[in-house]
Amino acid sequence: MHLASLVEMVESGFDERVLLGSVAEPVTGAQFGQLVRAGASTLPGYTSLVYAGENHPLLPVALFSAAWAGIPFVPVNYRLEDAHLISLINRQPGALVLADEHTAARLGGIKEPVQLFDEWLANLPAEAPASEPPFDDDEVAVVLYTSGTTSEPKAALLRHRHLMAYLLGTVEFGGAGDDEAVLVSVPPYHVAGVANMLSNTFSGRRLVYLRHFDPATWLGTVRTEGVTHAMVVPTMLARIVEALDGAEAGVASLRSLSYGGSKVSERVLTTALLAFPTTGFVNAYGLTETASTIAVLGPDDHRAAISSDDPAVKRRLSSAGQVLPTIEVEIRDDMEQPVAAGETGMIYLRGEQISGEYASGSVLDADGWFCTRDRGSLDSEGYLFIEGRADDTIIRGGENIAPAEIETVLLAHPAVQEACVVGIPDDVWGQRIVSAVVLRVGQSVDEEALRDYVRHELRGSKTPDTIVFRDSLPHTDTGKMLRRVVLTELTQSLS
Amino acid sequence: MSITVKAGSRLYGATSTTELIVVKTPHAELELTIGGHPALLSAAERTGGTDVADGHGGGAAMGKRYVDEAGSVELLCTKAGEGVPAVAGEVLQLKDAKPLPASD
Repeated sequence: MHLASLVEMVESGFDERVLLGSVAEPVTGAQFGQLVRAGASTLPGYTSLVYAGENHPLLPVALFSAAWAGIPFVPVNYRLEDAHLISLINRQPGALVLADEHTAARLGGIKEPVQLFDEWLANLPAEAPASEPPFDDDEVAVVLYTSGTTSEPKAALLRHRHLMAYLLGTVEFGGAGDDEAVLVSVPPYHVAGVANMLSNTFSGRRLVYLRHFDPATWLGTVRTEGVTHAMVVPTMLARIVEALDGAEAGVASLRSLSYGGSKVSERVLTTALLAFPTTGFVNAYGLTETASTIAVLGPDDHRAAISSDDPAVKRRLSSAGQVLPTIEVEIRDDMEQPVAAGETGMIYLRGEQISGEYASGSVLDADGWFCTRDRGSLDSEGYLFIEGRADDTIIRGGENIAPAEIETVLLAHPAVQEACVVGIPDDVWGQRIVSAVVLRVGQSVDEEALRDYVRHELRGSKTPDTIVFRDSLPHTDTGKMLRRVVLTELTQSLS
Repeated sequence: MSITVKAGSRLYGATSTTELIVVKTPHAELELTIGGHPALLSAAERTGGTDVADGHGGGAAMGKRYVDEAGSVELLCTKAGEGVPAVAGEVLQLKDAKPLPASD
């Protein structure tokens, strides 16, 4: 199925329901349909629609206009440095580039036409010309550049059929009550930012956008807009918890708070559960190449894990939950053979929403399996535990060591705010384990005490050989640790 | 009488307002009816009227999916109407949705 089909459903199914905008400036389903047709009428002749800017209340008009016009929507990371941003846009010859004011001023060097998104919206024809939407669901709907924490960004291709498989498999049309509103604070170029435009439009839930995230604005907007649902990346959750400083959030309207995109610290999560006592928590796991969420730890799972005395159930609080019924999962060893429950290996996925395709070609195997390059394990009831990128695995003296396991222990120490564990080259061991640690404000601990603490929790071979302290660690703006930057810095400073 | 469809094809009821999109189909050729009348591939071919055959009415609901018993044919209703879809005489059934907690 093609995303353009959704526009007609939304127009007739939610003609008077408010789907976008603030309480003060609502946009109904019927108005949304008009905007999309008008938007699409400006696009003939272009090969793609690049969006280079912050979140915007009418962002979904850009995505659906591109779909209706039958060209890919390509949201790019406007926070990249100029040269990098321009090189990504130049990989889309023939595009129309819609930008916010600040970003447009930085795009002097590109060949493609640039328009301000606000001006493009203001100049749309009032009467949308009649047009037929395209049908071919094998066309590319969205191009997303992966965040490139371990290598250069790759252009992941999501076809209409992938996104629709996700949508039909997980969301019921009109499933949201007409009082529901979702607050979006992930940026447009994140796969969750694309997926939430689709899932909330399809369920009939009003999309409210934060232009950029800060904890006070987020909490304020939840209150003023009567927000019922929200999705944050773990860094945002950590900042909200920090800003609350032990107080309850006081957001009675918020029914569901979903987090995902990278690993959350257990301390942040348990503090958040206390700060939002009436909110259901959802952890979602997915990759750009899997067209968003493929596993979910729902509110009931969270409650069960917190209240259980069974260690196996308690432990699930740190899992990504169970995979969707529409997805197959296998954990495989180095010989690509499936392993038993409880054993760690590489996570492989298969299903209609799994794209596994880049501009350079598909990486699905002959049977349609996608290797996530994430390592993890399944417990006896199918709860998926993510241990981190395979490329980050440290091999010390022949032993495979997942940095995430050591980081989890370090993060549980009361003095530790952040930790990044990497392997740096070592003549004797092949690699040795080094951790960079950021301490919490007002806390102190020395290297030896912290090493003893890890040795007590794990064992000698998993204890960092060296721990260094830093004021901060580098992240992507969606909260993923930039490990290769940490690795380069530590390799240089310790050699 | 069969028609040629593929995933993404749009189907129109001849005598009802029902509209559907093919989500999946095992063959390109399907003997598809809506409200007991052959499904149309274009809204312009609609004959009008409200005649719906016995057992083929009761309404198709917007946003719901309809499947055959084997689970090989799946249609999504994009416009509600009195006529319900059938393949080779078998009236398709409403597919149980198992919506997940909102994750994004």
